[in-house]
Amino acid sequence: MNMVRFLIRRILTGILVLWVVATGTFFLFFKAVPEAVVAQRLAGRAATPQILAEVTRYYGLNKPIVVQYWHFLDGLLHGNLGRSYYLQEQVTTIIKQDLPPTISVVVGGVLLWLIAGLAVGILSATRARSLFDRFATVGVLAGLSAPTFVVGELLIITVFVQLNDHGISWVQTGYSPLTAGPVAWAGSMILPWVTLAVVQAAVYTRLSRGSLLDTLGEDYIRTARSKGLSERRVLYRHALRSALTPVVSQLGIDVGALLGGVIVVEQVFGLQGLGQHVVTAITEGDQPVVIGFVILASIFVVVANLLVDMSYAVLDPRVRIS
Amino acid sequence: MSVTELEFQAKAVESAPEHAIEGRSQWNLTWRRLRADRVAVASVVVILLVIAFALSAPLIASLTHHGVDQAFPNTGLDVNGSPVAPGVHGFILGTDDIGRDLLVRIAYGAQISLFVGMLTTAIATIAGVSLGLIAGYFGGLVDAILARVIDAALAFPFIVLALALAAVFHPSLSIVIGVIAFFSWAGISRIVRGQTLSLKEKEYIEAARSLGAGPWRIMFIDILPNLLGPVLVLATLYIPTAVVFEATLSFLGIGIPEPAPSWGNILSEAQTYYQIAWWYIVFPSAVLLITTLAFNLLGDGIRDAMDPRTERIFAGGKAAQRRRKRSSSKAAAAAVSAGS
Repeated sequence: MNMVRFLIRRILTGILVLWVVATGTFFLFFKAVPEAVVAQRLAGRAATPQILAEVTRYYGLNKPIVVQYWHFLDGLLHGNLGRSYYLQEQVTTIIKQDLPPTISVVVGGVLLWLIAGLAVGILSATRARSLFDRFATVGVLAGLSAPTFVVGELLIITVFVQLNDHGISWVQTGYSPLTAGPVAWAGSMILPWVTLAVVQAAVYTRLSRGSLLDTLGEDYIRTARSKGLSERRVLYRHALRSALTPVVSQLGIDVGALLGGVIVVEQVFGLQGLGQHVVTAITEGDQPVVIGFVILASIFVVVANLLVDMSYAVLDPRVRIS
Repeated sequence: MSVTELEFQAKAVESAPEHAIEGRSQWNLTWRRLRADRVAVASVVVILLVIAFALSAPLIASLTHHGVDQAFPNTGLDVNGSPVAPGVHGFILGTDDIGRDLLVRIAYGAQISLFVGMLTTAIATIAGVSLGLIAGYFGGLVDAILARVIDAALAFPFIVLALALAAVFHPSLSIVIGVIAFFSWAGISRIVRGQTLSLKEKEYIEAARSLGAGPWRIMFIDILPNLLGPVLVLATLYIPTAVVFEATLSFLGIGIPEPAPSWGNILSEAQTYYQIAWWYIVFPSAVLLITTLAFNLLGDGIRDAMDPRTERIFAGGKAAQRRRKRSSSKAAAAAVSAGS
């Protein structure tokens, strides 16, 4: 019962955050460009004054700002993000078209960095102060210090160029859709995934190592050991479960922010996804596309946070009681 | 000074041992531990070297006779119009896409990157500390509002918003500094707020209040000094983050505008040359990585040096074991000599 009330409150806060973001972006970006310029863009360069007036009326550009804001919110509720100024298409259509490369990067990247980060973190914690642990600590700091695009460019020089010079053309830059064959798809995705993993796994290694070391010092772990459980069982069944709580909350933050971070990866590897499109939209001043992306990104953040809150209860029994 | 205090001092002088026992403050201890940490000392040296490199940019330019924006289409580019490799025609680190000296540009880029990194960290720290103190100390509605703002700022997809802001206001140095500072204060604020919440309940704050100290005096004279430790660690760790942030914005073409060099915009132009000019990517990347790594290692070192728990962790280390062995063998020797 408590859980349900908690969830409802979280969902309501999430909606509130989305509304704040939507309103903020509307006034910041829509209104940053004068109506006449927008009408000109929508109508095209060779538009006659009549067409301009027609366009202004059709899109309601001459209406008071409150009315326009109302239309914007109304459209938002119906899943309508407006039309792009440059491509004569709905923003939702554009997002749908650009989503496959972006989703590919995000899903594969998250899986790879989680597996790598947790594996190294667990090994470091169980072998604290060993040579492996020391190397891992330095590696973690290197990963934390490296900007995404630097890792990406260095991977292109060292892996992509070298492999292709030696006749191995599996690894490619640019996006190859999944429908064109999973092997080519994986080949175009492997470097973006590794890039994300190098930059992000570091955080998870550090987090899981620290929290696992803390958990292993708890009384209930001593109890489990003195019951005669195998070390493996103590580690994976008892310690890891509650040690994962900070990892999960970090994952929520990172996955939420990832739609932003993916921009850089797409740019480096020329993946032609949502992120790269947004950079173009920003330089062109295509506000509806930018706003659509910002709203989508914040939905990501809100949903990720919600999932994190729900997973706490599953992972750590102590949260359920309080 | 009161009479009793004088008496006490006199007594202390009388009974003073041959070697006066020196009181060690928290800062004193931290400094001692930090100096013993070889990695931290090495990071300081590296950071000083990078700063020296940045400051000597004009010197490098005059020694090589290569201006920072000066292109050398005849010597700096080969017959195909591609950048020349390191060492060719006196270009120590090679040239960039239009035949400018890469070494000179990286040195001037260091000035901008370090300047942006340190200035934004300073702004974010001052803003974060002030807002955190205010939220934590006053509590109530002020705190509720500020805490929500902090949460919102931390939860935002900041690259997206930074991109959009930079686009609306056209890229420039001051916009870059503003954007980075705007997205950095919240983390500091949150930690300062938490610390203030617990510190303001302490007895000495009550004492200060009963002496008639106002809220601002308590916040900045009584509470703030106790927060300097964590704030210093955070600030050290924010500098590399800000450097990376600036580089990323410049890489995406919405940071420091050309022709002024920054590590990010050099790498942005280098992007398309990965097949013909490795030096164009490798050298700026290396300087960037070395700098951020050094700041991160230093920040970690300061944190370890301030943490009282570190002593225990170090006690398990080899140095402590050796010390223990030596002292125990000394004790054993003493026991033997006493016995004989």
